[in-house]
Amino acid sequence: METTTSQIATLTPDDLETPPLSLGQLTWRRFQRHKPAIIGLAVLALLVLYALAGSFFISEKYANYNDTSLRLQGPSAAHPFGTDSIGRDVLARTIYGGQISLLIGLTAVVVETLLGILVGALAGYYGGVVDSVLMRITEAMLNIPEIFLLIVMAKYFGGKIPEVDLFGRTFSGSVVVIVLIIGLTSWMYLARIVRAQFLSLKENEFVLAARATGTRNIEIIFRHILPNSVAPIVVSATLGVANAILAEAYISFLGLGVQPPTATWGNMLDGANNYLETAPWLWFFPGFLILVTVLSINFLGDGLRDALDPRSRTV
Amino acid sequence: MLLTRAAGRCEPMATLLDVRDLKTRFHTPEGTVYAVNGISFHVDESETLAVVGESGCGKSVSMLSVLQLILVPPGEIAAGSALYRGMDLLKKSEYEMEAIRGQEIAMIFQDPMTSLNPVLTIGRQISESLRVHKGMDQKAAAGRAVELLELVGISDPLHSLGDYPHQFSGGMRQRVMIAMALSCNPSLLIADEPTTALDVTIQAQIVELVSRIRQQIGMAVIWITHDLGVVAGIADRVMVMYAGFIVEEAGVNALYENPCHPYTSALLGALPRVDRRRDRRLKSIPGAPPSLLVEPHGCPFTARCEYAIERCKTENPSLTPVGQDHHNIACWVDIHTGAAR
Amino acid sequence: MTRYIIKRLIQGIPLLLIISVVLFALMMSVGDPVATMGGRRVTRAADYERLKRQLGLDKPIYMQYIYWLVGNTWTRTDVDGDGVAETAGTRLGILRGDFGTSLVNRKPVMQVIGERIPNTLILMLTGEVIVILGALVVGVYSAIRQYSTLDHVVTALSFIGYSLPIFFIALMSMYIFAVLFKRWGLPYLPTVGMFDPQVGKTFVQVVYHMVLPVISMSVVSLASYSRYIRSTMLDVLNQDYIRTARSKGLPRRTVIFVHALKNASLPIATIVGLDLPFLLGGAVVTEKIFAWPGMGRLFLDQVYRADTPVVMGILMLVAVAVIVFQIITDVVYAWLDPRIRYD
Repeated sequence: METTTSQIATLTPDDLETPPLSLGQLTWRRFQRHKPAIIGLAVLALLVLYALAGSFFISEKYANYNDTSLRLQGPSAAHPFGTDSIGRDVLARTIYGGQISLLIGLTAVVVETLLGILVGALAGYYGGVVDSVLMRITEAMLNIPEIFLLIVMAKYFGGKIPEVDLFGRTFSGSVVVIVLIIGLTSWMYLARIVRAQFLSLKENEFVLAARATGTRNIEIIFRHILPNSVAPIVVSATLGVANAILAEAYISFLGLGVQPPTATWGNMLDGANNYLETAPWLWFFPGFLILVTVLSINFLGDGLRDALDPRSRTV
Repeated sequence: MLLTRAAGRCEPMATLLDVRDLKTRFHTPEGTVYAVNGISFHVDESETLAVVGESGCGKSVSMLSVLQLILVPPGEIAAGSALYRGMDLLKKSEYEMEAIRGQEIAMIFQDPMTSLNPVLTIGRQISESLRVHKGMDQKAAAGRAVELLELVGISDPLHSLGDYPHQFSGGMRQRVMIAMALSCNPSLLIADEPTTALDVTIQAQIVELVSRIRQQIGMAVIWITHDLGVVAGIADRVMVMYAGFIVEEAGVNALYENPCHPYTSALLGALPRVDRRRDRRLKSIPGAPPSLLVEPHGCPFTARCEYAIERCKTENPSLTPVGQDHHNIACWVDIHTGAAR
Repeated sequence: MTRYIIKRLIQGIPLLLIISVVLFALMMSVGDPVATMGGRRVTRAADYERLKRQLGLDKPIYMQYIYWLVGNTWTRTDVDGDGVAETAGTRLGILRGDFGTSLVNRKPVMQVIGERIPNTLILMLTGEVIVILGALVVGVYSAIRQYSTLDHVVTALSFIGYSLPIFFIALMSMYIFAVLFKRWGLPYLPTVGMFDPQVGKTFVQVVYHMVLPVISMSVVSLASYSRYIRSTMLDVLNQDYIRTARSKGLPRRTVIFVHALKNASLPIATIVGLDLPFLLGGAVVTEKIFAWPGMGRLFLDQVYRADTPVVMGILMLVAVAVIVFQIITDVVYAWLDPRIRYD
């Protein structure tokens, strides 16, 4: 049967006279057609604006200011999202917590992606012993539930890293710990993707040609093969941000994450289930913000996958 | 047993399938694909009709439409009728079609590698239509399956029943496909490029097998192909399709001797023939078929046609008779004289 | 097939060694188990040292690992903690089936874990069965009705479900079905524990207490499984052999439930097979929120207390289960797919 795609591929000479769209234009076109992804991107922009612009109106000092006489107050004009168990303003904390949560999501993905690319590229490019050793380690990591690894590592690194000053603000060492452990426990899938890409790409003519002209291995890996595997890496990294934000939330919810007074959406939930009945605003607002963030990133990632890598489309 | 029907079915020229003004479209994200644009044709009892054209010309889609086998959506049968023994197949529900498919009209496909279910035994795949259509029990169906496998030339048919498709070669799988299609003695077999995916030597065997069985049981065959050489020996009539239109139809000899449409003539020019002089060069057709994403206007072949005149760009010619024996073409130009009709 | 299984089992050994060495090293420095032993603080320095020697915690980490791995029957240990190793060791090591004893309550690790496994499995397996059956119905239905309104709704819902943090579903469902229902005078569901201590651990009580944890665990998996099943089914439904089956005039249900589903079951079985062993680890977040006495909570609590033997026991149990289930999955796959042979 002639599939619709083969029919689309046939162009008249007229069509061929107009220059074909560049890869970037094609990708952008496909991305635009994916409405949920556009909505996801817009919502994400609003969330970032909320977390960043909010700090022009409300200071971090206010977010950490506690007045126990005002504890557990429901939403009101003075405190639109209510106050927490020691009287801090929940709205202010969702703003500053959002900054940290988003920051953790992004930086943890940087760690994850670098590790994933490094392991995957080395294993796929060199093969042999390097491949077996790296893949055994990858498999070993995958054999343990991620949450268990996170818990053990959070306990292991907890309190071992000092405070960090960045952008004129002081971050609790626990922020760095969380970024590190999320990165360290989530690179395995990306490493497998990159390895598979390298395995198939390294046999291509352009790589053989580069090798024949005496190009150094490191250059072949980073200049010739890696740019060709950008699509799956970008998609995986995008979805990785959502997973990292969730991981931060889980680990902070368990009390092993970022330590107060620094707020994150995750640690605002710590202990909130004790006030399930009396103060639902404690968990509703940060929880809802996490949900909306994760959802928009997932929509965005789905759209990117369709746009960048149409063959992998499942529908 | 297979031969029983043949004896009683000897009145030729009775129309079996009559398709009128069939239009099929696909609504894709890239736009609407005008795959089949109002074609009309018929097949008589016991006749072999060859449908010829490049890939993408709508020949498979039109046959799949007749059996309502295109996926809706994205596909849509926009207009037309397909009278099979007087019943309009396009008006039938999915449930009613189940009784037609396999039982009255059977189909074999291009790629025997992907057209058989990889996780079911071939015995199961052959006998299931017997059980559905003929109400046979498992044992009777298996017995009939052995007969069928024997008929299509599978050695050790009894043992083969329990085998899976991957255990057969491409040619053998196509034989299994044929056995499956023939299981309920259909009156019409639609063969959708059954030899394209096979080696040349196997191709000839499959062609020979189908035409032998056709003669034995007296069924009609619609043979879809892009290879004019294959059809020369087996077809009674040939129908040439281009960009979702029928451009020429004629008896097989008339078409080969006297192609009257520029496209057919170009196709035959592109076909290597042993009866031609050696030094005669094969001609290719310049350009590519038009985009099916644009609603057609004018003759679709205009851009590639060496005889094209002004009228071709604006008006699409309909099929009109030239000469005797239902030789029809859709063209504004007489290619023998170069003059407009 | 047997040779293949043996080969795979042997390949698992280095994997387990890597896991055990790394995690043991990490666990040994997460905290001081003696400091929190038995729930009370050990105040006197001399007592503290004695306890450390009794537990063998004064030894270097690699010696402790060796004891944990192969036992200490070949050497002497310091049972009274006076700094002189006088008694023959009795530990057999994990390789000989001895998981050691908990540092917290001195019970054998197997017993500690054994008390929790049924609690976890009853919760997790119930959830998994609901998820698989639900996802099959939803996924298959929306695949065969692609582009229908219901398909669009299901696809959108599964996207949201897939993005829901478990604690949010848990807190939300607790708030609705326990807090609000109670407030509205409707029958409401319990939120904590496995049973009401005043009624006792009856079947009805456990089922009643399971509803909310199962809901909150299942939503995410249900969403991701149905997305996966839908796309697998769509893939299969576009295959040539499905068109062949339809062209034979087979009834629609035969085409879908025999020809399509049998092929789609291959990747689905793989996903389920690889997920099953992780059920053993329980659901840390869910178990914590609902105070369910399962493996997840045991793990969390014992990591806090630096109870290395128990934590390592849980981790190794899960790791072994993962390897075993991978092999089982391969065998099932070969049984489902006639094209695969491992010999």
